[in-house]
Amino acid sequence: MPPAKVGGARARSGLDRRWAAPALGALGIVLGLLAWELAIVGGIVSELDVPHPAAVVAELGSLLGGGEFWTQLRQTMTNAGIGMAIATAIAVPLGMVMGTVQPIRVALGPVVEVLRPVPGIALVPLAIVVWGPTGGSTIFLVAFGCTWPLLVQTIHGVQSVDDVAIMTARSFRLSGLSRIRWVIFPGSLPYIATGLRICAAIALIVAVGGELIIGTPGLGTAIRQAQDGLALEEMYALIVVTGMLGIALNLAFGRLERRFLKWHPSQRGAHR
Amino acid sequence: MLEVVGLSKEYHGANGSTTAIAELSFSVNELEFVSVVGPSGCGKTTLLKCISGLLEPSSGGSLLRGVKIVSPPEAMALVFQDYARSLLPWLTVSGNVGLPLRRKHAAAERQRLADEALKAVGLSAFLDHYPWQLSGGMQQRVAIARALACQPRVLLLDEPFASVDAQTRAELEDLVLSLRSRFDITVLLVTHDIDEAVYMSDRIVVLTKQPSTIRDTLDVGLPWPRDQLTTKAMPMFSSLRAHVYREIVEAHRPRHLDAAVADEQMVVRPGVS
Repeated sequence: MPPAKVGGARARSGLDRRWAAPALGALGIVLGLLAWELAIVGGIVSELDVPHPAAVVAELGSLLGGGEFWTQLRQTMTNAGIGMAIATAIAVPLGMVMGTVQPIRVALGPVVEVLRPVPGIALVPLAIVVWGPTGGSTIFLVAFGCTWPLLVQTIHGVQSVDDVAIMTARSFRLSGLSRIRWVIFPGSLPYIATGLRICAAIALIVAVGGELIIGTPGLGTAIRQAQDGLALEEMYALIVVTGMLGIALNLAFGRLERRFLKWHPSQRGAHR
Repeated sequence: MLEVVGLSKEYHGANGSTTAIAELSFSVNELEFVSVVGPSGCGKTTLLKCISGLLEPSSGGSLLRGVKIVSPPEAMALVFQDYARSLLPWLTVSGNVGLPLRRKHAAAERQRLADEALKAVGLSAFLDHYPWQLSGGMQQRVAIARALACQPRVLLLDEPFASVDAQTRAELEDLVLSLRSRFDITVLLVTHDIDEAVYMSDRIVVLTKQPSTIRDTLDVGLPWPRDQLTTKAMPMFSSLRAHVYREIVEAHRPRHLDAAVADEQMVVRPGVS
């Protein structure tokens, strides 16, 4: 979960604003850990099913110290990253074409609408048949899961580009390709960026899920092995890690958006 | 220089077809400044798009130095009303001005032409700014510089000053007039502002309401150079202004009212005097 938003603190001084978000975020985490502990102490959940937060945090510390964890983390990130890269390489150019050329959009529309709602998990058997329990299976699932939302975002992005801007580019005799390069692609970037942010979360979820189900090496498999070995502290520690990865990815993509979309009205206040 | 010959534009919609422009013909001579004025909604912007080749006319068309225009020609540049939408927010001021030059020029030459054009509109200090960091009037100057950098022979202006305040508008009017004589550019301006048309033009083309045809063409004949204060204080300016105003009001009036007015004039009222 992302930390608390700063919206309400807009009017306050710069120093206040800089610390308000992390402070509130930390407070939220502390409260969450407290609720966890109280749930065990109060008997809502059994200590046998859910270990104490302190034990999980301690386990997390020892995981971070070991080499195997980092290998698994790297494997998961690689699966998610390659899958996302494949999805981007397919969805962004295809979205550009579908967004600009109406007949292609109309022709491919139904295909996209049929494939889009297919849950990635439904393709696990297919992946296993083709790639077996290797990273390839998970990468395929990630790529499949990320392609559709990114494609739809890209098409919407292209259609959001101001027609006066396109008309201007035409009036200055820019070729079709230059129009895409200088007007349509940058104009649809805000939508693509949002698509990538959505996809980063999907990629992580599908990568961990795929590993867990198929057994390809990575954090998902590690979680399953911990569960099999009744190493509950380790299992919860790994689950917490995946959550933290999600936050880290979100922050990283937010930073990229601020860097590349500083011209966009939503980002103009953000850089000084 | 620029000839519009029998240009018509029809739109085919669900409720039959509408004629936006009907058989319109006029020409703009070399170095002339011609304004097209007309009641709002008479299809002035459509006309400009058809003339420049951005829109395909239903029949007729336009010629630049005798060559039929099918897409925006090299020697022509357009400035749109909506600078905020026509300038690209992801490019800097000099990036925007240099963009149309990419097709023909290498980076260094592009930079030089862009710098020169921005200097001509007085924005040399803002090369690395983004358009959205500038005021409306400055943004429209950037758009003008972008057109200028292409070294056009003909400049088509679509309501270019309609989105700025009155003082900025006057400054921009004078800027365009000075650029026009400095760079020997022929100008076709589309506007709904009568003062602007009279102040800036050699000749004014008055359109009727839709379907647009030419209602009247008049030579302005005010002396050059023009000046916001002295030119506008001339009796001739006021009479021209009143003349064009009357034409537009009459052009805008629905036909049945014309008939009513005509009837009224036939009635001999019992005179008071």
